[in-house]
Amino acid sequence: MTSKIAFADVEVGTELPARSFPVDRATLVRYAGASGDFNPIHWNEKFAVAVGLPDVIAHGMFTMAEAVRVVTDWTGDPGAVVEYGVRFTKPVVVPNDDKGAVIEVSGKVAALLDDNRVRVDLTVTSADEKVLTMSRAVVQLG
Amino acid sequence: MALDQSFVGRTYPPTSSYEVGREKIREFAEAVGDGHPVYIDPEAAKALGYPDVIAPPTFAFAISFRAAAAVVQDPQLGLDYDRVVHREQRFAYARPVRAGDRLSVVSTIESIKTLAGNDVVEIRGDVSDEAGEHVVTAWTKLVARAAEEA
Repeated sequence: MTSKIAFADVEVGTELPARSFPVDRATLVRYAGASGDFNPIHWNEKFAVAVGLPDVIAHGMFTMAEAVRVVTDWTGDPGAVVEYGVRFTKPVVVPNDDKGAVIEVSGKVAALLDDNRVRVDLTVTSADEKVLTMSRAVVQLG
Repeated sequence: MALDQSFVGRTYPPTSSYEVGREKIREFAEAVGDGHPVYIDPEAAKALGYPDVIAPPTFAFAISFRAAAAVVQDPQLGLDYDRVVHREQRFAYARPVRAGDRLSVVSTIESIKTLAGNDVVEIRGDVSDEAGEHVVTAWTKLVARAAEEA
């Protein structure tokens, strides 16, 4: 792997470029097909409401996939991610309108580890609520 | 209803192999809106030192979860699958998943707990390639929400 970020160039607190990821119903249908997760809470409003959700919600794994892009875009080599974990705290509610929802992701270096590795902590929100917590990646730098 | 604690530590037989295709990786990368060439272009992947296109980090879940779903739907375990939500997910990678991999998963029930009346089950999926080399381990924590009082 060939991270474009050098270990020597980061410190605790170094911020990664933040990003926003829009998500609408078409995004969820496409992700359902690509991932094989066809749970109707991700595309059928009637079903979602019947099981107690406010509306259709995004796949947690979709949100997890978007959040780590802040890390993979930063390193330039997605293979530099050696560990990645999240807790799904709140659903990303995706209304059937012309706007959908937006997932906001920022990240910063939280710890310097052995072997030129760092831990990056991510902050992931939608509609001003944290949707993922304990969202952390261990990244191999050059 | 409390789940049977004797399931903790139980390991399930390896799944039949999942062959990772270039077009499946491309489809997944497009579905998460990521146009990084290492997911799409074998030459770009070689330039980064990989023998073929690699998959985005969370792609491994598409493989590990099939195995985990079979475990949690084991009727002997007694988990109410209709009430299950995904609580936590973690991965530890030996290397990225890549096109051409033939991957098999061995699932193990790592823990069973009851928190505030909700059953919490953590399943570890060890994903290996055809040569038996470890590729990635996925930990999936599922919560079955307690049934509401009628």
